[in-house]
Amino acid sequence: MADEMKDMILEYVIEEYVDEEDDEEEVSYDTPLISSGIVDSFSMVSLKVFLEKKCHVSLPDKEATPEAFDTVNKICELVRRFQD
Amino acid sequence: MAYSAKARELFAEDIQAIKDKGIYKEKRFICSPQDAEIEVEYPEGAPKKKVLNFCANNYLGLSNHPEIVKAAHEGLDQRGFGMSSVRFICGTQDIHRELQDKVSDFLGMEDTLLFPSCMDANSGVFESILGPEDLILADRLIHASLIDGIKLCSAQYDTFKHMNMKHLKKKLELHQDKRHVLVVTDGVFSMDGDLAPLDEMCDLCDQYGAMILVDESHASGFIGKTGRGTHEHFDCIDQVDLITTTFGKGLGGASGGCVSGKKELIELCRQNARPYLFSNSMAPPIVNASIKVMDLVTKDTELRDKLEWNAAYFRKGVEEAGLCVRPGNTPIVPVMLYNAKLANDMSRDMYAEGIYVIGFFFPVVPSGAARIRVQLSAAHTKEHIDKAVAAFKKVGEKYGILGLDKKGIIDKYGM
Repeated sequence: MADEMKDMILEYVIEEYVDEEDDEEEVSYDTPLISSGIVDSFSMVSLKVFLEKKCHVSLPDKEATPEAFDTVNKICELVRRFQD
Repeated sequence: MAYSAKARELFAEDIQAIKDKGIYKEKRFICSPQDAEIEVEYPEGAPKKKVLNFCANNYLGLSNHPEIVKAAHEGLDQRGFGMSSVRFICGTQDIHRELQDKVSDFLGMEDTLLFPSCMDANSGVFESILGPEDLILADRLIHASLIDGIKLCSAQYDTFKHMNMKHLKKKLELHQDKRHVLVVTDGVFSMDGDLAPLDEMCDLCDQYGAMILVDESHASGFIGKTGRGTHEHFDCIDQVDLITTTFGKGLGGASGGCVSGKKELIELCRQNARPYLFSNSMAPPIVNASIKVMDLVTKDTELRDKLEWNAAYFRKGVEEAGLCVRPGNTPIVPVMLYNAKLANDMSRDMYAEGIYVIGFFFPVVPSGAARIRVQLSAAHTKEHIDKAVAAFKKVGEKYGILGLDKKGIIDKYGM
């Protein structure tokens, strides 16, 4: 279940944030997203909206920080915390 | 005293942290009017040095144009120095109305509202017209002032990949349930100088019933065959709902900005926009000079034509010299270096050669996309541009990057 969620988020991140032409960019569960510039603080909102809709959670703004969103693994941890 | 030694120490640590990140902005003093040739004191305290300016937003060369300076003097003599009021109390003169009307005519819009700056226009426009049931859909590389305005507004927001029409379409489909959708883009993006494909964007907006706002700060006065802007370039003037732009770049260079567009939306800005309601009017000398600017850019296309020629001539020169230049057809010409230190070192060496340009790197541009952004002006002569190209060639040779493409530069210097 956890891996399914990870895969779903990873797939979304690649589709939403990585340019189709950019074949150099490899994104995995531990790839830094925010600190590497793949996702910026402005476009992070798209990811938050996706997570809330797909994972049926409400993520408070104070928890949805760039640090908490920096890798797919960290995002999964955050979502699971609010699903419990 | 509330400003304790401890507080001072903590703030000093904050400043040091900025320096440690390598993003500290140093003081640079211009000791002459803004123009193609300027006198600069840099670093602070150094003797003044005459250099050619290739990093100003002085696209049409109007910052120190004799007719504009004269019009500013006349405004000062006829309407005074300042208004000591916000617009809606006692801060609107007949010349404010005249400028608004001229801007509406020039941009092909129904109405216009002046703001103290385009930053203020962008801060106020969204909150004035949208609410929580609405959605703003923005290109990911829009200007910081638009991002601030969007965040100040109670509407929801989402983003789409930079100039990616497939992604925009997907997002428009996704948000069909919202009351109003407002698509937001820059007309010309300031870091890359690329043009938003406005014709395609407008068609998508029409298809999905969305409105569109375009920030034309780096376009008004010179993009399009008569300088109206990106919407003229793509022949979609009637499809654009809102334009924000500035009098601080091509259209004069002093200050002031505006929102122009559908009359109901402008009226809502007049009623609701906080930077309009709580900040002073544009000063009379600037308003009068801006009226003159609108007359000049409406009268003929001499200045924008010269700028277009200058940009093409410079671009050809640096490309032939072997620099790696981002493709484009605007007066913003990014010389790509990819490595932040290289961009910094080369801009310093260019200054030593008498050419004032600045290196840009993360977080101003994406990581690994460092560059020297060159901005052309109608005030540049052919000789100015020849000197700049020669300096780029000399400095590029010193660093061994002439003839190298992106991969070659990255292999040599890293990202």
